[in-house]
Amino acid sequence: MADQKASTSIEAVESGLAAQGYIASRQIATAVYLSQQIEKPILVEGPAGVGKTELAKAIAAWRGLKMIRLQCYEGLDEAKALYEWKYAKQLLYTQILKDKLGEVLGGAQTLHAALDQLHDFGDVFFSKEFVEPRPLLQALEQPGGCVLLIDEIDKSDAEFESLLLEILSDFQVTIPELGTVSAITPPMVILTSNSERDLGDALKRRCLHLHIGFPEQRLEERIVESRVPGISQTLRRQMVGFIHEIRSLDLKKLPSVSETIDWARVLVLLQASELDTEIVKDTLNVLLKYEADIEAATPQVTTFIAKAARSNVFG
Amino acid sequence: MRENLHRFFRAARGVGVHVSPAESIDAMRAVAQVGISDRSVLRDALLLTLAKSQDEKLALGDCFDLFFSQPEPRQDQPEAAGEDDAAQDDDQPPSSGPASEAGEGQPPQGLGPLAQMLLSQDRNAIAAAIASASGAASLSDIRYSTQRGIFSSRILDAMGLQRLRDDLDQLTATNPSLAERLRAALDALREAVRDTVSQGLALYAREEAENLRNEILRNAPLARIERRQVAEMRALIRQIARRLRERYSKPRKRQRRGHLDVRRTLRRNAAWGGVPFLTAWKRKHRDRPKIVALCDVSGSVAQVSDFFLLLIHSLHEVVDDVRSFAFSSHLIEVSEILEAKSPEEAMSEIMSKVGFGSSDYGSSLVDFEKEFMSTLTPQTTVIVLGDARSNNLDPRADILRRISERSKRLVWLNPEGRLAWGFGDSEMPRYATFCSVVRQCATAQQLERAVSDIVATYQ
Repeated sequence: MADQKASTSIEAVESGLAAQGYIASRQIATAVYLSQQIEKPILVEGPAGVGKTELAKAIAAWRGLKMIRLQCYEGLDEAKALYEWKYAKQLLYTQILKDKLGEVLGGAQTLHAALDQLHDFGDVFFSKEFVEPRPLLQALEQPGGCVLLIDEIDKSDAEFESLLLEILSDFQVTIPELGTVSAITPPMVILTSNSERDLGDALKRRCLHLHIGFPEQRLEERIVESRVPGISQTLRRQMVGFIHEIRSLDLKKLPSVSETIDWARVLVLLQASELDTEIVKDTLNVLLKYEADIEAATPQVTTFIAKAARSNVFG
Repeated sequence: MRENLHRFFRAARGVGVHVSPAESIDAMRAVAQVGISDRSVLRDALLLTLAKSQDEKLALGDCFDLFFSQPEPRQDQPEAAGEDDAAQDDDQPPSSGPASEAGEGQPPQGLGPLAQMLLSQDRNAIAAAIASASGAASLSDIRYSTQRGIFSSRILDAMGLQRLRDDLDQLTATNPSLAERLRAALDALREAVRDTVSQGLALYAREEAENLRNEILRNAPLARIERRQVAEMRALIRQIARRLRERYSKPRKRQRRGHLDVRRTLRRNAAWGGVPFLTAWKRKHRDRPKIVALCDVSGSVAQVSDFFLLLIHSLHEVVDDVRSFAFSSHLIEVSEILEAKSPEEAMSEIMSKVGFGSSDYGSSLVDFEKEFMSTLTPQTTVIVLGDARSNNLDPRADILRRISERSKRLVWLNPEGRLAWGFGDSEMPRYATFCSVVRQCATAQQLERAVSDIVATYQ
């Protein structure tokens, strides 16, 4: 019974994402389903442009949740990621309230008494009023839950990773002056990484590890179909087959799904009905981003087109 | 199922996937969610929760396929054993009577359960019996290949081999042709059990066996390593490199130490009229290691140099700049060869260019001084790897002195033991005076320590 429910729910995830134009493989859908069920973040790794960030957007759109995005970079610290005190506002308020303070403290005869009266005030200046919530704190404070996307975590410093650990495992943060803030509704957390550096074990342990590679030919065709509806079926087959051939080359930067989609758009704009050497050579710069790569691929174009056409017959 | 998952976790640790208790709990929860009816979903769920990198995913996927390719041990194993005993007791007295009635195809009555099962040739029943017997013999505890025999016999005993032997003895007297068939079936069974044990060994013993082998390999002299071990040694060196990278690659900023950086503090607090809410501290700039390596690639030292160069060149994240030179009778730069090619190809190319000559330290040092002296800066660590046996030619220790003066440190790694230094044509004592450190470096472990110390001086 439970099994039955699980597999239908995984399909529900798949179709839900598909409705947002994100064609997910079974593995991705399983990851999303599990992450909902056991409330664990997903760490998505894979080459650039395979739809890691898109996944988070699609989930947010599918479940009708707000998406909060934290873009990581070197030097990102808790003041920019978690919360910050509004220093200027605090200063301003002390200036404005100077007279009031004088009144309050007016009755005090000694320094000691003044201090006691100040204590009665409590920590007015270190209250929620003066906290500027940054993405991580915002995510915890969303009443209906949200999708928190921590993008390119590998670009941040190792110290920042440790800062994330509390949020990732318990969905809470500790602000020394205020205490611990727990999530109202645990957000769905997605971390993405391009594997520029190895992440710490502590961080990895707290996440489901999902690797998105280049999709299979069928899947990629479906992705193109949903993203670029105007393209004819034959051309779609040919171009995806061609890109799969290109990926077998030893290039500096292999074309990924985002390049496939761009190229499909370009081909539609040029009103191409099928691939030929001329048009491919003209538009190769959409697929390949380095001069050296284009030079390496150009002599192969004709053979690749032929190969792609041949695989079509059997596919 | 829980039992099976635990065994799977053990198998996963065997293939090098790090499965902590917390991860196994997560995996259990995930499995509880997705259920076990769909194998591919189960596989995905386990891969998602247990594996932490692409390599681990591949290894774990293979392990999953191997693990679930065998029939799962049945849970009713204790009852089966109980039945066995009971059956044996019952069958003991009327043994001689009904044997003669046995036709060709029909197994005769009065035989033990195992004999009947073998004669009926019910493959599934036999496979299930093997599986439950291997559970009883706790096959998952197997660690070394030498234990194969004992586990096989334990499994066979658990299946009731003793009783089968008795049956066989009786049948030989009463029904020779049937006995022949049973004997053939028994041989087949032995083979099946042996396969099961081998599979168990592949699943469960990897971790221990690997640790043991690595331990031996770490302490084996690099120069005398056997050909078939070279690949393993390379893998080990890569492991060492990864460990060193993890230890030293984190840029450890020394923030909040030292002196207040007044200029940056004022600038940062301009918004509050220069009231210093945020402080900026002077940071210590830290160099990454710059290494110049001179490696002797003549006969005896070549193998050690090979591993050393592999190690040094796998430390990109830690070491800023490595330039390597190889020499025997003369010296060439080999950095580019090592960067561009696979270790095997690079080494054979280097060997074809300068290798296998008789070493001449003097003229190699002259070559270095003439062309590459300018690569040395006060931040450079120079590492010389060699046995300092210069075939009684002029050692030119004066050049080494100049090298030492121009660089931060000069480290000499010698694959020979300390005892041999200075005997025969070894010039070690003369060179040693100009070196910051001289140490023996004959095994992978010593190599790791030496490189670790060199990198650590920059931290």
